[in-house]
Amino acid sequence: MEPGEIHALLGENGAGKSTLMNVLYGLYQPDEGEILVDGRPLKLKGPSDAIAAGIGMVHQHFMLVPVFTVAENVMLGAEQVKGGFTGFLDRRRARREVAEVSERYNLRVDPDAVIEDLPVGIQQRVEIVKALTREVDLLILDEPTAVLTPQETEELLAVMRSLKAAGKSIVFITHKLGEVKAIADRITVIRRGKTVGTASPSASRDELAALMVGRSVRLTVDKKPATPGKPVLEVSGLVVDDDRQVRAVDGIDLTVRAGEVLGIAGVQGNGQTELIEAIMGLRPVLAGTVTLDGEAVHGWSTKKVLRAGVGYVPEDRSVDGLVKEFSVAENLVLDIYDQPPFGKGLSLKPDAIAKSAKERIEQFDVRTSSADAPVGTLSGGNQQKVIVARELSRPLKLFIAAQPTRGVDVGSIEFIHSRVIRERDIGTAVMVVSSELDEVIGLADRIAVMYRGRIIGVVGPDTPREEIGLLMAGITPDTAPANPTDGTPGAAVPEVPVEEDEA
Amino acid sequence: MSTMAVPEVAVTAVDEGFWTRARKTGAVLLALGVLAVALFGALATGQQARFTLSETEGGAALAINGTVGAILFGLITAAAGAALLAGVPKRWSTVLLGVGLVGFVLSFLCWQVSAAPAGNNFMPLVNVVRNTFYLALPLIFGALAGVLCERSGVVNVAIEGQLLMGAFSGALFGSLSGSVWVGLVAAALGGAFISLLLAVFAIRYLVDQVVMGIVLNLLAVGVTGFLYERLMQTDATKYNSAPRFGNWEIPLLKDIPLIGPALFRSNLFLYLGLLLVLVIHIALFRTRWGLRTRSVGEHPTAADTLGVKVLRLRYRNVLMAGLVAGVGGASYTLALYSFTKNMIGGKGFIALAALIFGRWSPTGALLAALFFGFADQLATYLGAIGSSIPSQFLAMLPYLATILAVAGLVGKVRAPAADGKPYIKG
Repeated sequence: MEPGEIHALLGENGAGKSTLMNVLYGLYQPDEGEILVDGRPLKLKGPSDAIAAGIGMVHQHFMLVPVFTVAENVMLGAEQVKGGFTGFLDRRRARREVAEVSERYNLRVDPDAVIEDLPVGIQQRVEIVKALTREVDLLILDEPTAVLTPQETEELLAVMRSLKAAGKSIVFITHKLGEVKAIADRITVIRRGKTVGTASPSASRDELAALMVGRSVRLTVDKKPATPGKPVLEVSGLVVDDDRQVRAVDGIDLTVRAGEVLGIAGVQGNGQTELIEAIMGLRPVLAGTVTLDGEAVHGWSTKKVLRAGVGYVPEDRSVDGLVKEFSVAENLVLDIYDQPPFGKGLSLKPDAIAKSAKERIEQFDVRTSSADAPVGTLSGGNQQKVIVARELSRPLKLFIAAQPTRGVDVGSIEFIHSRVIRERDIGTAVMVVSSELDEVIGLADRIAVMYRGRIIGVVGPDTPREEIGLLMAGITPDTAPANPTDGTPGAAVPEVPVEEDEA
Repeated sequence: MSTMAVPEVAVTAVDEGFWTRARKTGAVLLALGVLAVALFGALATGQQARFTLSETEGGAALAINGTVGAILFGLITAAAGAALLAGVPKRWSTVLLGVGLVGFVLSFLCWQVSAAPAGNNFMPLVNVVRNTFYLALPLIFGALAGVLCERSGVVNVAIEGQLLMGAFSGALFGSLSGSVWVGLVAAALGGAFISLLLAVFAIRYLVDQVVMGIVLNLLAVGVTGFLYERLMQTDATKYNSAPRFGNWEIPLLKDIPLIGPALFRSNLFLYLGLLLVLVIHIALFRTRWGLRTRSVGEHPTAADTLGVKVLRLRYRNVLMAGLVAGVGGASYTLALYSFTKNMIGGKGFIALAALIFGRWSPTGALLAALFFGFADQLATYLGAIGSSIPSQFLAMLPYLATILAVAGLVGKVRAPAADGKPYIKG
């Protein structure tokens, strides 16, 4: 890092960006290696050492006490006190300090406002003020735009420019290409915990995208050509919001046929998660239709969707896929525990559950000490196999797998992939969402690329990676450049033309 | 960018509509007022209801015709309720709620006192005030112990055990040494001992804090009960005859009518309790320690990223809580009674209720404790004048009020966000 430089750290979720920065901030201890500041090695025992060394950090999840005022949050840990050992807070001085910093860097905040009443954009500003009052030279911003609206993102970038002008260095962590190109002086791309390359901001979007998703590991999947049958899942005009009530899926049409795998590719945060959750009944559908075998299923409960013959591997297994404290056997019947032969009325049938568990463990090669072991004690790959086993144990019309092999060892990846293909071959419609482009290319018979809440193109699996990479960056072959506002940040935030709001 | 229309459309503010919390409270008060006018007014007699400013029937007194008083105060309650219902600025709502409740209680008292048998239809206010404070005292210490713990994010269900251990060790070491001061220090350390166990298991070993608190209460009952039977019952003069703090009269203040004789001719513990409320309140909201304590109780990760030592602060606060509760226990054995088995008798849990009722603030807890103390005293008083209402029914009312309070009658009751959640670094 050099003074007055904005250095972007680019990588997919789970690539190790945040971990690296938490080490820099003294929250985690490094297992090996050292940190150099001004050429001298630095040993950080905790965040206070980092602050003393001039390093400040704005965390992805804000580190603000919601019931405190802005001034209280800013002074916490570095309180100005009077009255000797009694330590009475000098609130007036704290307020003045906040006012000074906000004046100097043009970061308007009201020192007496209570944090929980403020919008996220302002809360983030408070975080920056907090770091600046500690006179840091290096500011780490961890995914700062993930929670912001496009306008707030614009404002943040302006703030970053003025900080840079004031000689502060900034590490900017993100997975959004547009923002990086708009602001960074230097770009380092991280993938699976390793630096895979550095680039200048003049590098094209597809170069960056290719670096991010990687081309080192090519997993091949043996499969015969697909024999697609009738359409099973039909999505038309689907509109869905994300948790912040910002449009995430913006008018998607897609069809998945029996006996084919539709892969969904795209940089994370372009609406893939929301699309799948809307189909599964986990997220309200604002407009459009979802039909399964010709029957409209939008507005159904998730349970009803599952019972209609849909299998679902959620993208985060520890949150949505498994009950970690429950045993392997119990997790294997989470979807059908109330159906014969596993349960009837108020009672469960432990013998039937145990027998079925034994069979599944064998069939799906789940490595566990016993069927009664808590599923949380298994390795990631084996946990994922438990989910896959559960979902594929019912007769399915449609199988949706989101990030099916994230954090899974190579052996399990192969196994899961072969199972996905086997499901396709028995005539199930399959949809695979993955941020690993290799996985999508390996499994899919058709690839739909999502960008800003829309499907920007549907291509065959033989399409060159570079072309798909361009699509992921929002550039279509015929309309290049598809995104005229190339410098605009917020690659993950869809544009919403006004006329479609009525849909 | 054209996207900006979207968030505004999608976000719909939660609209409370006509029935805001203040209006609901107003409706309840209005109903209580009408009830007071109709029921208490009808049942009260035309006799004078006398509220004497002394401990006896004689002397200066406030007197009012029973029926008139019951109806008048009932009307005040109804008026306060009506005002809330009509809608008033927010800062007035708490005041009106207070006026309404006091009016209701006074209306009730006018009925009870005027309807009491001849010779009994007076209420000695000095006694009532003094006993209210004495009954509230262990609750005050206990609730303060709760404030210290829970504001830093450690749930303190062990208040009962801390009080009991304080009472026991105060009695034991006071007796052995013959010094009230040695007893006082021992009592504080006794409470801190229970706290230490709570801190180590809750902070270091991440044991569920509520479960740990209950276990510690049982442990305290067991240990003190065993030692009581083995030592104190066999040789009470040696082990259970602690010297007691006498009453200290505060010059000038003791001559204030009503308050003087009720409060300023008391023992050390009352003064200490009130002083601690004040000190802890100021410290919590005005000092560095207080800011850090509250930050650790609300968002320990945020505090940690700013260099606040979360675990160390929690240990310190939990131990301080034990010291305070221990002294609270000694307010029994070094001032009023000799030690008996399980002598706290659930007051620690009522202190917990006072803590919640008082919204985790020292002054709030003081008011809540006084409210419980008053209700307790009222039940005793009504029993003494031969009231038609069973005293057990009255004794139940404070807890009913707590349930209503926690259900939201007095506004949003919100515990520190990290209360009860162990902090694991990383």
